[in-house]
Amino acid sequence: MLLGRTANGLYWMFRYIERAENMARLIDAGLRMALTKTSDAPEEWSSVLMSAGVKIGYDAKYGEYNASLVSDFLLRDLGNPSSVMSCIETARSNARMVRTALTREAWESVNETWMILKSTLAAAVPETDLPRVLDQIKRETAIIRGAFHGTMLRNEIFNFARIGTFIERADNTARILDVKYYVLLPSISYVGTTLDNFQWESILRSVSAHRSYRWVYDVEYNPVNIADYLILNSRMPRSLNFCYSNIVDNLTFLANDYGKRHECHDMAESIMTRLENNDIRTIFDNGLHEFLSDLIYQTYGLGSKIAEAYNFD
Amino acid sequence: MKPFDEMIKTGGQVRPPYEQLQCWLNTQNPERFAQKARDAENVFRKTGITFAVYGDEEAAERLIPFDIIPRIITGNEWRRLSQGIEQRVMALNAFLDDIYHRQEIIRAGRIPRELFTHNDAFLPEMVGFRPPGNVYTHIIGVDIVRTEENQFYVLEDNARTPSGVSYMLENRETMMQLFPELFQQIKVRPVETYPKQLRQSLAAVAPPGCNGTPTIAVLTPGIYNSAYFEHAFLADQMGVELVEGSDLKIENGKVVMRTTEGNRAIDVLYRRVDDSFLDPLTFRRDSALGVAGIMDVYRSGNITIANAPGTGIADDKALYSYMPEIVEFYTGRKAILENVPTHRCSEPDTLKYVLENLADLVVKEVHGSGGYGMLVGPAATKQEREDFALKLKANPKNYIAQPTLALSTTPIMTEKGLAPRHVDLRPFVLVSDRIRITPGGLTRVALKEGSLVVNSSQGGGTKDTWVLDD
Repeated sequence: MLLGRTANGLYWMFRYIERAENMARLIDAGLRMALTKTSDAPEEWSSVLMSAGVKIGYDAKYGEYNASLVSDFLLRDLGNPSSVMSCIETARSNARMVRTALTREAWESVNETWMILKSTLAAAVPETDLPRVLDQIKRETAIIRGAFHGTMLRNEIFNFARIGTFIERADNTARILDVKYYVLLPSISYVGTTLDNFQWESILRSVSAHRSYRWVYDVEYNPVNIADYLILNSRMPRSLNFCYSNIVDNLTFLANDYGKRHECHDMAESIMTRLENNDIRTIFDNGLHEFLSDLIYQTYGLGSKIAEAYNFD
Repeated sequence: MKPFDEMIKTGGQVRPPYEQLQCWLNTQNPERFAQKARDAENVFRKTGITFAVYGDEEAAERLIPFDIIPRIITGNEWRRLSQGIEQRVMALNAFLDDIYHRQEIIRAGRIPRELFTHNDAFLPEMVGFRPPGNVYTHIIGVDIVRTEENQFYVLEDNARTPSGVSYMLENRETMMQLFPELFQQIKVRPVETYPKQLRQSLAAVAPPGCNGTPTIAVLTPGIYNSAYFEHAFLADQMGVELVEGSDLKIENGKVVMRTTEGNRAIDVLYRRVDDSFLDPLTFRRDSALGVAGIMDVYRSGNITIANAPGTGIADDKALYSYMPEIVEFYTGRKAILENVPTHRCSEPDTLKYVLENLADLVVKEVHGSGGYGMLVGPAATKQEREDFALKLKANPKNYIAQPTLALSTTPIMTEKGLAPRHVDLRPFVLVSDRIRITPGGLTRVALKEGSLVVNSSQGGGTKDTWVLDD
């Protein structure tokens, strides 16, 4: 038994930590694309903002897209609730609220990350420093994850935190794919052109999968394999399949622990079944974009159902 | 006159309780020592042991400075102090019971009735009601100062919601981490048992209708409260829920909290929310920090609130000057611990005296706390004294005055080595089926040379406090 507010705090704390890390990765991928002269840099930054789900907020504030404005908006802008700094602030507030549910190590890792990033992001980050800062953000969030995994009891507290992580991650992966889905469609892409290769690598890079892809598939990028990897591969830690299997596992632990199933259990399992019993060809045939936007919608709905079931709506 | 120093006698000799510490200090390398002090600060910052200063936007979260030189009290000194404290908290509880029932002490003419009329700390809602176990003030932090080897005074009783106990515990934890060898050489009585005792103490006053293990919760105003760290710390150490008003509601005549498995009833609520915010239906209507209807549940005997609403009347500064009478009235013995002589400005002759001697006195607001709204005569400028005199004349009964005490000093570590600073002591007391006093307490130290204000909101720091097991 946990306070509903505590479950809520854990869930959002981990959603925001995950989001902070995803932001760093998105900027990283954007930087890489902007460096390749073959692409249209403003166009790339615009799609980074779209993947981050903050394009409306950005457009209301700025009239152009370039590395320094976009990265500043995504890293430091407290007016952007999804900027890395906003995420870390929110994550830490939530951690403070649920402090009694965290081990000392888990709490301290979040608190230290907050102290370090507050100072790193106190002033605008020069473009030349961006790679270092992005690495630092990824390293800090990795430390939080490590402290959490190494010290937390595998109980309901752990389950709510993990559900937050994977709901956020599923949403993130689905968005990245959806923003770029057209570069994966065989009808539009010209297989083998340099631009395509860069675009495909960028998608993989934004989920830190550009190297592991080669371990699983071919050395050559291939849009169908990329989609398969990020949607259906059960071993790739950022794939939709992987995210959902973790959501289902954690919800099942809760159901067993509390001796009660809710609507959210059926919902998560049915999405899981869809991911398991599908092949990538069918998804392409039925429409990749339709598949992804439906999944984003379902994930959002699942989040609400979970909150309702466990009294933190 | 030089104030009494707890470590070094006037001739430069070290007092016995500090002898072993001095030997150890002599073996320490100053650089290593400075490094330890920095380590300590890092530990506090990393752990997030911070407090918020209201009205201080920049430093929304500050550390209370921690000094690494322990303050040492002998076993004998402590025995006398704890007897005095025990007597005092028994008297406070008896007084509260009396004042909300037959008011014998007023009938006996020992204290004036006017003290209670128009006093917000006196809650009419509590009249005729007897809390579970007949305990009103469960958790008390008695502020004690020392002026000589054998002269201690009680400065304040803090009978409503004393804070600082988490610092007492963290200070010890930090010292044991920094200097483990010291604790092998010197036998110090432990303080770590406090959270367990607090839990036992709260469980022992569960409402009569509670079967089995009572469900306990700590009620906090939330993460923006200055003492939030402490609320979370205590809930965590006790293994109970830390709740906010928004988690609670009334269901079937019980206070329940909203959990992942539905609503659960709470039996004992250790509230860190002031009386006036506790129940918007009874007290402040705009309060979002409390629970609407909790006073009805309380009065029907379905929940224990610690400390009981209305205990504030016992640590009201206007009442403080009557404490010697109160202790004697209820315990039948003279108070073991003395009060600081106190002038009640409400009395015309006294007011005249206070105004004439403002430069030598400390003047406090009757309802103030935390070192706000007070004047330390000797430290104030002429202008500050004149301004204060105007406030005093405008509303004399709002003030009491006390002589400026030469608070004892203990050494702190400064950049130039050890230097004496003024200290006070807040021992923590738990009252329930029996009285539990943690050996020592929180030593607060005025870090500025010569300063007498030890409050953390005014630049004070803290020290680990040792009661020797001798």
